[in-house]
Amino acid sequence: MPYLGGEEAQRELRRALSNPHVQADPARYRGAVLRVIRLMSQGADVSGLFPEMVKAGAVADVVQKKLVSFYVRAQAPRQPQLALLAVNSLRKDCAHPSPAVRGLALRTMCGLRMPGIQEYLQQPLVNGLRDKASYVRRVAVLGCAKMVKLQGDCEVDGALVNELYSLLRDQDPIVVVNCLRALEEILKKEGGVVINKPIAHHLLNRMPDLDQWGQSEVLTFLLRYKPRSEDELFDILNLLDGYLKSSSPSVVMAATKLFLVLAREYPDVQADVLVRVKGPLLSACTSESRELCFTALCHVRQILRSLPGHFSSHYKKFFCSYSEPHYIKCQKMEVLCELVNDENVQQVLEELKGYCTDVSEELAQGAIFAIANIARTYTEQCVGILTELLGLQQEHITSAVVRAFRDLAWLCPQCTDAVCQALPGCEDTIQDSEGKQALIWLLGTHGEKIPNAPYVLEDFVESVKSESFPAVKMELLTALLRLFLARPAECQDMLGRLLYYCIEEEQDMAVRDRGLFYYRLLQSGVEEVRRVLCSPKSDPSMGLLGDQSKQPVNAWASEFNTLATIYGRERWALATAQQPVEPSHSCPPCADSSSRDTESLVSEGNKEVPEVHPDTPMSEGNKELLKAHPDAGSLSLIPDVSLTAEQFEKTWLSLDTCCQLSLPWCGPVHADTIQTALRVVHIQTIAMSKAGAQPWKAYLSAQDDSGCLFLTELLLEAADSELQVSVKQNEAKPEALQSFISALRTVLEAVAGLES
Amino acid sequence: MLSQLFILSSKGDLLIHRDFRGGSPVPVPEFFRRGVEQPPPFQSLGGLHFAHVRHGGLFFGASTEGDASPFTIIEFLNRLVTLLRDFCGPLSEKSLGMNLALVGELLEELVDFGHIQTTTPEVLRSLVQSEPEVPKPFSLLDLGSVGLFGAETQQSRVAPGAAAARPLPPARGDQPPRPELFVDVLERLSVVIAANGSPLKVEVQGEIRLKSFLPPGTELRIGLTEEFCVGKSELRGYGTPVRVDECSFHSSVSLAEFGSGRVLSLRPEPGEMTLMQYQVQDEIPAPLPFRLFPTARAQPPNRIHLYLKLRCDLPPKSQAINVCLQLPVPKGVSSLSQELSSPDQSAELDLGSRSIRWEIPKIQGGSQLSALFKLDLPSLGRAWRLELGPAHASFELPGLSCSGLRVRFLRLLPGTAPRWVRYRSCSEHYVLRL
Repeated sequence: MPYLGGEEAQRELRRALSNPHVQADPARYRGAVLRVIRLMSQGADVSGLFPEMVKAGAVADVVQKKLVSFYVRAQAPRQPQLALLAVNSLRKDCAHPSPAVRGLALRTMCGLRMPGIQEYLQQPLVNGLRDKASYVRRVAVLGCAKMVKLQGDCEVDGALVNELYSLLRDQDPIVVVNCLRALEEILKKEGGVVINKPIAHHLLNRMPDLDQWGQSEVLTFLLRYKPRSEDELFDILNLLDGYLKSSSPSVVMAATKLFLVLAREYPDVQADVLVRVKGPLLSACTSESRELCFTALCHVRQILRSLPGHFSSHYKKFFCSYSEPHYIKCQKMEVLCELVNDENVQQVLEELKGYCTDVSEELAQGAIFAIANIARTYTEQCVGILTELLGLQQEHITSAVVRAFRDLAWLCPQCTDAVCQALPGCEDTIQDSEGKQALIWLLGTHGEKIPNAPYVLEDFVESVKSESFPAVKMELLTALLRLFLARPAECQDMLGRLLYYCIEEEQDMAVRDRGLFYYRLLQSGVEEVRRVLCSPKSDPSMGLLGDQSKQPVNAWASEFNTLATIYGRERWALATAQQPVEPSHSCPPCADSSSRDTESLVSEGNKEVPEVHPDTPMSEGNKELLKAHPDAGSLSLIPDVSLTAEQFEKTWLSLDTCCQLSLPWCGPVHADTIQTALRVVHIQTIAMSKAGAQPWKAYLSAQDDSGCLFLTELLLEAADSELQVSVKQNEAKPEALQSFISALRTVLEAVAGLES
Repeated sequence: MLSQLFILSSKGDLLIHRDFRGGSPVPVPEFFRRGVEQPPPFQSLGGLHFAHVRHGGLFFGASTEGDASPFTIIEFLNRLVTLLRDFCGPLSEKSLGMNLALVGELLEELVDFGHIQTTTPEVLRSLVQSEPEVPKPFSLLDLGSVGLFGAETQQSRVAPGAAAARPLPPARGDQPPRPELFVDVLERLSVVIAANGSPLKVEVQGEIRLKSFLPPGTELRIGLTEEFCVGKSELRGYGTPVRVDECSFHSSVSLAEFGSGRVLSLRPEPGEMTLMQYQVQDEIPAPLPFRLFPTARAQPPNRIHLYLKLRCDLPPKSQAINVCLQLPVPKGVSSLSQELSSPDQSAELDLGSRSIRWEIPKIQGGSQLSALFKLDLPSLGRAWRLELGPAHASFELPGLSCSGLRVRFLRLLPGTAPRWVRYRSCSEHYVLRL
């Protein structure tokens, strides 16, 4: 924002700052400095006042020193030459008798973000680390981190690191925590600060002295420590027990996470901790601070994923309040959906029903979908409520209900009759594309149960010219053809009209092609049409698939109390994908790999693949075991690896093949089958050739819970009846590799078995 | 670790901004400025994650690179708000602007290089030296509080509402500090009443909040009702038990005498703190403050007659103030005619939330109010009843605690100072189904 009259104001301020009368009066002097700061925070250019401001910093008034310090730090990057002026007086202040002034000077100096400042920093920092005032030591410790950050790539000074490690034993708790933070940043490249046994025990003993921020941070650092023995583990857990009852939610959550992670092999302990954290979480959910409430709700959902019944008796706490913002109401509805059980279903549905008439359409539809979700288990009651809602004859409500009905008819065939009875009359209210598609699908698929289905579809056919959504037209074509098979006499005429329109007049290519396709299909006889179109009308097993069954606690323990829980897995992957991903240390990035895309990998990849060395086959018994549990053994693959094609390629090219094998294969490849099968065992498909391409290739990736990546190439030569598999791994872990290969092998053999 | 900290006005103007980490700063996201009504508390943009809390129309936000704990960030931001209130007095765009130097000093000590240093008011008070300035609204009413010839009037013995909101005196201020102590028992009511009048959900979230202007080191002993019981089974004293289901205390509270005499003792730090939090579920000793008896009748072709009777079941000496009843009405209602039982009430049709807002400034306990609304709508659908209600009431109950919790005594050691105990219950969520 350009500040008008900045020149004038600056000139006037310069006059004031250099006026000896002003300088003699501390109050007026400070007032002038404050005006400069105020101008600066409004976005005005006050860089011209630098010398005057530096001079103003050399007074006894600490408040004024602080103001000047703020100014100097903000302006220094723009004028490094002048900033050196300030360094001199700051160095003098570093020897001031008052710790507040020493600390301030040191912090200011470390905060000057300009090149070449390091040489001036070193000595004051070393003095600061040994200062007798804890305030100065706190500043100095973080100052070290700032200095190292300024240096960039330079070698880290070993003596400094040692000094910081020894300061972990400082008297002052904040110095201790700052040391951890500083070491973490300084040693970032080596994987952060090392928490070995003496340090871990020392930190545990210091915990009571720390304030809540320090405690939650130390608890996070302790996640890194792996106790040597069971006894030690339980000693630690006993020591930390009190923190689960802290009055600060951040400490409670950090402690909970530490418990969950440390006790990863003791499900009983984990369950016990989750019971104990219930109270604090629920009171955060009803907190006055909306934002805290939201954060807690996200964590409640996370826990519910493993323990569906965990909060069922507290369902009333998740009733929405009228004045709450949308983001809370949406979370609460999700929670209500997940904790519903035989006892509370009546009350929960009653409550959700109230939200369906909310003035916000988004919320009303959310509530309807929530009821539909519950309907998968408690079908009858929910269908009753949804049918009742149709009576409101409101566009957004009817649309959402019909969409819910379509999904229900697909997933729970037992409710089809009820749904079909409720449908007549809906067509007048629905206006949006999604709702129309759902209605048309229902009419087409279950038309034989709805007496007036052909006449409703006829209305759609009449108005097809003015229909603006191509997706609706496509749905209409399919539905009408299906209904034609069931009730030919009523549909023949309008089917002809619709096909004529789609082929002759329609502008949208996809619709036109669909019309043409059906036309030709009809030419080959009704039997053929029946064979192609009469697919099953429902699939209850889909419900079981979509409904993620209980996740083990260990699957999310490491995400607990992080932003990943707030955003949810998908959004978190998206949010972090925007960040420049740092290459992991074990694989230096390729020179120009970023310019290549996946396609190039497919063409160049095989040049770098060494010759095939068939792996020794696994023993039969072992294989049988793995068939029962595809990802058993020491390996557990995490379900969502967010690896982009570029990252994959980079890593792929930088690694050597660890293992090669070939599997018998005959016939063509059905990409979808393989992809689905692999997804079941948490192996992601990164890229795949088109079906029938020769040679056919696929690139797969997977990651286990320790972060080890498995990259795989599948290659099927044309005439070859063998599928060549090459696997690369970014950390040398032979057992994990073995388990991965056997899992992969099981899946591929299973698919090959299916297809042959 | 925080990357930035910022405070925005309700219009989205950047009032205060700190960039702790340097490097390429990501600007404060636009979504605050676009005037989005309710932005979710966490948003990500350009690899940074922005968290914010809202207080009094201001946005207090922070950004982080993603390794921070969400609970810590939110808790810190809430703490920041409390601290700013302690140091600067009531928060507003204006008061932050006037106290720019003070806020700057405070932030400097709170966070260094993105790491939270300390939030203890006493420590901060010794480090921060600027003096607070409180914007004074000009008001002729202020003249009314000037006593005649300095005589102590009744008025000066009642703690003015604003007294507790004043900022803490600076540690080295020249004016003698005015030692005072405010103890507030605040309760929030969450209630759902079924159409037949039976309570479906009754919940009270209570807290005892302390605002201390006492010299540091003073010991405070707070005696609570003797019959205060925690949990379902405990029985104490001879009177009606004051039962809470869960109860947690601030870490500085000593509970040595809590078991025997229900006495909490502590050395309060200057400033605001939450001493104790408690929850009551399902059972409260007094009847619920409001019941609604509605009668709705359709008058075909296009009219609904709605007769509401609101009964206040508080004890006769108490009252509810700022009562507002919101009743959602069917879509398409275009006009409203009303007959209210007294002239100080008002009712209007709020088309934004599609509801009737019936406002009543004050209801005395034991009384009953009625209102007749006639709603006009283009056509009467067959399911119009579904869209009517549920009603939401919001109100304040001054001087009352729904749980029955009282403070028996407040003792200071050493010395004495004016002490105020205030009770206030308000509705968080009061739903009356029709």
